[in-house]
This record gives sequence, C-alpha cells and structure tokens, in this order.
Amino acid sequence: MSASARTELLAGWGRMPASAARVLRPRSVPELEDLLAHRDGSLPMIARGLGRSYGDAAQCAGGLALDCTGLNKVLELDLTTPQVRAEAGISLDELLRVLVPKGLFPPITPGTRFVTLGGAIASDIHGKNHHLDGTIARHLDHLRIATSGGPVECGLGQRSEVFSATCGGMGLTGIVTEAVLRLLRIETSSMLVDTERAADIDACMARLSEDEGRYRYSVAWVDGFSGGRHLGRSVITRANHAVLADLPAKARRDPLGLELRKPLRVPAAPPISLLGPVTVAAFNELWYRRAPRHRAGELVPLAHFFYPLDGLAGWNLLYGPRGFTQYQFVVPLGEEATVRTVLERLSRARTASFLAVLKRFGAEGSGHLSFPRMGWTLALDVPLGAGGTAVLLDGLDELVVSAGGRVYLSKDGRLRPEMMAAMYPRLADWLEVRARLDPEGILSSDLARRLGLDGARRLAVAKVEA
Amino acid sequence: MIDATGMPQTAVVIGGSSQIARDTLLLLADRRLRSVVLAGRGEAALESTAAELRARGVEEVMTRYLDVTDTDRLDAFAKATACELDTIDLLLVAAGDLCAFDIDALDARTVSRAVVTNFAGPAATVVAFLGTLRAQGAGRIVILSSVAGVRVRKANLVYGAAKAGIDGFAVGLADALEGTGVEVTVVRPGFVRTKMTSGLKPAPLAVESSDVAEAIVKGLETGVPVIWVPPVLRAVFAFMRLFPRVLWRKIPG
Repeated sequence: MSASARTELLAGWGRMPASAARVLRPRSVPELEDLLAHRDGSLPMIARGLGRSYGDAAQCAGGLALDCTGLNKVLELDLTTPQVRAEAGISLDELLRVLVPKGLFPPITPGTRFVTLGGAIASDIHGKNHHLDGTIARHLDHLRIATSGGPVECGLGQRSEVFSATCGGMGLTGIVTEAVLRLLRIETSSMLVDTERAADIDACMARLSEDEGRYRYSVAWVDGFSGGRHLGRSVITRANHAVLADLPAKARRDPLGLELRKPLRVPAAPPISLLGPVTVAAFNELWYRRAPRHRAGELVPLAHFFYPLDGLAGWNLLYGPRGFTQYQFVVPLGEEATVRTVLERLSRARTASFLAVLKRFGAEGSGHLSFPRMGWTLALDVPLGAGGTAVLLDGLDELVVSAGGRVYLSKDGRLRPEMMAAMYPRLADWLEVRARLDPEGILSSDLARRLGLDGARRLAVAKVEA
Repeated sequence: MIDATGMPQTAVVIGGSSQIARDTLLLLADRRLRSVVLAGRGEAALESTAAELRARGVEEVMTRYLDVTDTDRLDAFAKATACELDTIDLLLVAAGDLCAFDIDALDARTVSRAVVTNFAGPAATVVAFLGTLRAQGAGRIVILSSVAGVRVRKANLVYGAAKAGIDGFAVGLADALEGTGVEVTVVRPGFVRTKMTSGLKPAPLAVESSDVAEAIVKGLETGVPVIWVPPVLRAVFAFMRLFPRVLWRKIPG
C-alpha cells in the first residue's frame, strides 16, 4: 500500500466509544478506489472525514479507517447553474471560502462547518432550512462512489436505488469520492435574524408552527435543564439571507465579505467534566436572560448565525474523558407530548444538557436511512459516565418508537439493533442495495456492527419484522 | 460492539459457574448481550446459567469446559473461542476459589493450588486472549479481584496473596494496553455471600453477589478502572493501607 498506515485510537465527537484501527490517508481518488477494489487481506474499512459524527460511525475496530480529508479539491465551479463539483473530502469550511465571495452558498449546512462533503452525504444532513429545502440529497446532482466492485456513478435519475441507499447510508454502500452539489445564490454574507423568547416548550412549538414560510432558516435553542414551569424555555431564532438593500450603505461596498475567524481552542483536555449540573444550569440561565424578548431584523454575519459553536475548537473536551452522546430524535407532528415527555425525563434526571436544539422538519426525503421526516426534532447533549444514562436513553427510545419516530444514527453511539427496523422502515431496501454493492461486507464500522447493518444475519431479522 | 454507554453485545466468561458471573450476565442480558461463551468447570452450574440467559433473550449461549489451571490448553481454548464469536466485547474473569485459612492447615500443595487457581490461571487465560483482543482494537477485560488482596491479612494469607497478585497484574495490564482500544477493569469486592463463602462468618460490610453484579454493570457504564463493592470500601481501605502494622496483625480471623 502506498499510503502510510498507523494504528490510532479513534472516536467520534462525543469521545465514546473509542476503538483502534489502522488509519490510511489516500492521496488521490484513484488510490482510494484502488484500495477498495484491490484490498490486501480481508480487513473491513470505513471512510473517515473530520470525525464530527458523535458516536461510532467513522471508526472500524481492528480494521482500516480511510482518512479522506486529503481528497479536497474543487473540480469544477459552474457559476451559471450554479453548482460545484468537488472531491468528497473537502470540508464545508473550505467550500465556504470558495463559494461565499462569489455570491454562492451551500444549500444545506449543519451547525458546524467542520464536516466533509462526503460525511454530510453519508449522514444525509439537514440544516435549519429543512422545512423548506429538505436534506442535502435533494440538492445533489450526482455522486461518484468507490465500491469493492469499482467506481459507480449515481443520482436521482441514474441508479436511483444506489443514490437513495448512499445518501444517509453511513458510508456503508460505498465511499463517496466526488459529488455535484447545486448551490444557492446569495447577495450578501449577512443574515437578517429575528429573535424571540418562549417561556416553555409548548409556547416554543406553537411559535415555530407559525410564520413557517416566512423564514428560510428556523430553529429554537432550548434549555434542556430547567424543569417545572420553565421546562423547555427557548430562544427562537429565524432568519433569511440579507439582500443588498438590507445592508447599511457602508457595508454594501463589500457585501460578500466572509469572516471565518480562527477559533479559540480548548487548551487541554480536562481530567473531569467541566459541564456538570451547576455550570450548565448557570450557563443556560445566563444565555436565556441575555436573549432579547423580541428583536427583529438584526444583521448578523452568517458564521455567527450558522456556526456559533465553531468559535471554540475542541469544545467536546469539556465533557471530560467519559465523553457524551447527543440524543437527537424526530417524532411526527401531533406527537408534541412526546417531545415534552423526553424533556421532562432528562430534566428530572438532572442530566446536564446545555443548548438543546428544537426544529420543525418538513417532508421526508428519498434516502433509505435518512433521518429527517415531517415532525419535530430535538437534539440534546447527554453526558456519559454517570450510571443510569444507558437505561434512561433506552427508555427514551421506547417513547420515540411508539410515537412513530426515530433516532439520528450520526449522533448515536448506543441504540440497540432491535430498534433499527422499527425506526427505519426502509431498512430492508437499504440492506438489499448494500448486499448488492458490497457483497463481501468490506465496508463496515463499529456502528454497522453494533446495529447489525454489516451482515446477512440482520437481514433475516429485518425481513421478519417488516 | 461495546456501545457508548459501555454495554457489551458479546461476552466470554472464565469461571462461568460463579454466582457473581451469573448475576452480572443476567443484568447485561437485559441491556445488549446477544452472544455468550460460558467457560468453567461446574457443568451443572454452567448449563443452568446458560438456560437462564437464553430465557432472557440472549440469542447464542455456549458452554465450554475449562480448567484455568491447565495452562497448556489455554491458547487453544482462546483461539477456538475467538472463532465462535465475531468479536469479544467483554472478557469477564471470575475464576477462583478460597483455600484453607489456618496457617497450620496449609501445605505446599494447597499453596501452589491456590496461587494457580486465583492468580496464575486467570492471568494466563487473559494473556491467551490478548492477541485476539488487541487485533480487534476494542474490548473490555473485567477481572475479579478482592479487597483481601489490597492488604493481605494473616487470616487469609494465601488467598489474599494470590488476589494481590491478580490485582497487580490487572492494574499493570490496564497501563500496558493503553491506546489499543482494550480496557481493563478491576473489581474489588469485600465479603460476598455466595456458595464459595457459605461456610464462613460474614465480615462487616458483606454484600450479595447481585450487589457485585450491579456494581460491575454500573462500572462498565461509568468506565472507572477500579470497582469497589460496596463503594465505601475504597475509603475504608485507603485508611487500612496506612494502618500501623502492629495493629494490623492484631486483626483476628
């Protein structure tokens, strides 16, 4: 193998669980394609980008992790369509630096710009505009993926089954090497933001259900710690891209200026969690009090609006060595009571969660294992390492499943395999495509093995349950 | 695979007829456990635990005869077991037995036997599995030690010394495996009321085997390297370690 290999301990953003794998850094797409087609030995492998999945999606214990961040070229920028063709190891941060000065913006962006395009596709990511724009799959013209049988091109009009299995497929159908992404035109790099506070979770969901069409981006930051009459008190922020006319005269001279400051870095991993009940309660209180009751038309640089946490690199270390998980679920509209119950249980367990995020999703996309569906999604950080968390979260899974909802695999490190078929009704379709594209099961990950997504064994179970 | 909350899906148990092992597995069966290899000497106890696990929904339970003192067989056993499971998430080492307490009742054979049963055999078994565990890049080894090994008392001289040996081995092994993805937990119970201790007068702070099991499962979740059962023994022994020797030796059997 030309790429050098070293054994490293890998974990997701939540730092748990960790496992050791040989890490290879392919230097070109053909080299990566070669690795899959002419692998030496029978070691399983998984692609890894910037490690922002919270759980065990981008690690492969005892196997190979293919670090794709070196495959980050912009191959073609078409300003008329507009669309970009790029290698999938490119980060959103790199992409923004190319696109924004030209008045272009990725159609979907998550809460951090430190994800790769390939990782975004494997997770079929959504953003604060899901209610209007769906997931990233809706904006992809086509993909090139590396499989053990060689490279495969796919899109909605071409091998659409492969495309739908790959978008949200957690890197287990093939490794995305190139993608063509349609882009959004913007006039400025500023956001026009309306902010308001909601006294509790019911008020928050009621507000988010109103005026939905007026804002491209809409999200609520929820206090996941306070209980009682403050349960789920929130700060709702909704925004549109500012147009030229929204800017003051002085700012119009450089409307597309992009300021992506180098983030501050957590200087060292603390030996214990600094985010305990006391600090989190204080933080949440301060943050809620600081927010205006109501403010309209505030001009904010886009990085502040989309990527508030990117200002502190390595913030995940603050949870201490036992790490944390993010519990993100979605339940259909009409299941508001489930959202409330989940918040109540976590708040009662004194599980310190700061800055939970609540959002109303729009229609479901085409990805077989795509997470978003029409309804409410709530994402909360849950520190690990206190006994009882495992049982607490298992209980939440039961609630979510009985409400017809699901848990987001890219955030997950602990779901039980029995839940998969109930949460993802198109699992059997996905397994079928995977079996076709990767008959020997070369692509695997700790997540795949934990959830039984990597073999034929689970296929039988899924068929029985379906 | 072990999940983010430390729960294993597969386990190999050495000393599978032990009551602590049984109680631990029953708890893990309610979480994520789906495949288990139970290895030990007491066939009836292995089979009864296996039946209980199957009843709790564990898909695959295999029982294997294993005498950890038969060290020549350990490598072959580890190799065969590794083939039976796709990965070994948890290696639970609960093998061990009490031996004569009274210094006058000790003889060379008893001492040698006790050291092999409680220290050399379990340590050799763990070593036999190390190659597999390191190659799989993940896993947790849980080794049953005892507070008897923290500071050896005259009243259980040989058992205590053997447990001190396995405890030291486990602590050192944890350091040796840093960065490999394989982690080691040492369990230090006080007096546990089990069939092994049925003839003895319970010591202060005695616990049930189910208490030890609960502590182990909680320890897997919290990831602590040392589990004391009951937890107060950690403080007790912090003090006991400093106890002047002239007083220590006065502690009666």
